[in-house]
Amino acid sequence: MKFWISAALALVLAGIAAATISNEYFFFAAYVVLQAVILATAWNILGGYAGYVNFGTGAFFGVGAYTGVLLIKSLGLPLGLQIAAAAAMGGILGFGIGLLTLRLRGIFFSIATVAIAIILETLVLNVRYLGGATGMQILRPEVTPPFDSYIKMLFVIGVLLAVIAVAIARYIEISWLGRGLRAIRDSEEAAECSGVPTLKLKLLACTVSGALMSAAGAPLAMYQSFVEPASSFSLNYSVNALAMPIIGGMAHWIGPVLGAVLLGTIQQLVTVTISSELNVLVVGVLLVFFVVAAPEGIVGLAGKLWARFSR
Amino acid sequence: MNFALDLLPEAVLFGLLLGCFYAAVSVGLSVSFGLLDVPHLAHPAFMVLGSYCTWVLGMRFGLDPIVAGVVLMPLFFAFGIAVYRFYYETFEKRGTDVGVRGLAFFFGVAFIVEVGLILVFGVDQRMVEARYIGKSWEWGEIRVPMRMIVAFATALVLTSLLALYLSKTFTGRAIKAVAQDEAALRLMGVNPVRIKQWAFGIATAVTAAAGAMLIVVGPVEPSLDRVYIGRTFCVVVLAGLGSMSGTLIAGLILGISESIVLTFFGASWAPAVAFGLLLIVLGVRPQGLFGR
Repeated sequence: MKFWISAALALVLAGIAAATISNEYFFFAAYVVLQAVILATAWNILGGYAGYVNFGTGAFFGVGAYTGVLLIKSLGLPLGLQIAAAAAMGGILGFGIGLLTLRLRGIFFSIATVAIAIILETLVLNVRYLGGATGMQILRPEVTPPFDSYIKMLFVIGVLLAVIAVAIARYIEISWLGRGLRAIRDSEEAAECSGVPTLKLKLLACTVSGALMSAAGAPLAMYQSFVEPASSFSLNYSVNALAMPIIGGMAHWIGPVLGAVLLGTIQQLVTVTISSELNVLVVGVLLVFFVVAAPEGIVGLAGKLWARFSR
Repeated sequence: MNFALDLLPEAVLFGLLLGCFYAAVSVGLSVSFGLLDVPHLAHPAFMVLGSYCTWVLGMRFGLDPIVAGVVLMPLFFAFGIAVYRFYYETFEKRGTDVGVRGLAFFFGVAFIVEVGLILVFGVDQRMVEARYIGKSWEWGEIRVPMRMIVAFATALVLTSLLALYLSKTFTGRAIKAVAQDEAALRLMGVNPVRIKQWAFGIATAVTAAAGAMLIVVGPVEPSLDRVYIGRTFCVVVLAGLGSMSGTLIAGLILGISESIVLTFFGASWAPAVAFGLLLIVLGVRPQGLFGR
């Protein structure tokens, strides 16, 4: 109940922000953070709960972005349908990757996901209809009435998607699905022997995670007004989507959200004040630091502090 | 795409040279990942680091890139030992949940190296100069750039030396023993961690030499490691983990396929070859050609 009240509150606050704040930059920056929240939450469903490390976030994100572009270019469909279609494509791709888990575990699975990202990027690079290596410009359509600028609309959509993603992740975590996935992470053989439907659960986690990642990618073309393969399929999305849950804490749904908000905000500040190369360095250093020094992430640190405090 | 068959011999020859080079850039990983089971995603990043060190040595002291590579080997050996020591203390020793965190650690290290190089050297491509770079060797219709031949020869020497070391010397055999059965080795009164540390040092030293060859073969930029994640892992997995002769054959297979795709379909498809081959191997025969 508490969760749903805060979710509703987040949406209302987003609406109020869109109505009152006039500085456009705020929305540009906030949208990137929201995108990070969705990607990190989606990554954590497979990586955090089931222990399968996906390095191919860029593949899903790029597929989402290009599904959006394809639908605008060929049919001129509205954003809502683009997101839905992108989620469907991401789900299909996720299902395919889920089938890979039949044979591949650990680093082999991770490398396979990188491979898929690069192969998809190369495919898009070679399709002239999608603009090839130079990418293409997208004209934003007119804004629909309740919003007075396009970026505000994207911001509200971003908040909505983020709330949906977190709600799904939370549902998975607290239901039997989450217990099953955790069992797979601890020992796949033992889980299978105890009657956990491992394949079904893995396929479900891959599909849901993939669908959410692609949904997050769909508005990219509208946000940037252009798309281009190298940045859409970038490994930077992969390292971010993996770093944020690890920094926040992978065991609880709030972990990826905390990690994404914290890291996303730092990245925005660093990009504006210093350089965009440095923000990848910040992610790398924080990732290594947390993995080494605080494996449970911020949530784990907070839990330890709380235990000491209440004793 | 016109399939002109007269281009085929040249493509295959070039593929052979390239393949040997790919084998040499992968042998380090074949030891660290194949034999020691360390998820060493930062291997290509270390190699690019080696290329930049070679470039610095060339600029500062006018060292020939291959000589520079040899000079770098002891440094990288020590570096490798330090990295393994750290990895062991923080992950392997604690035991629990090495998978996700170990992977994330090396992924993070790779990014740190890459961005570090960008911050120090910028994103521009760097290349070295030497007598053999720029010339080419002609043989009838076929033309082979001298730099490829130099890289080919060095690669062959490097790979064979490492293979001999692993099969003929005492420590080399000990490294193979660690890969086979760590517990048994411990029962024999050997400390497996020290052997693994030594092996990881050797793998990293070889990576430095591979980096020197990388900058001989072509210009180097910091983000080059991303393509080589595919190439090196493709070779190591295709070879079958830890097989040295397999590494050479797998390198040749990758080199020839890449060269043929490059000749007949164009350069824009080339990055997908290694990853595509890798995906096929993972899907069809995950234990590789000569898997243990």
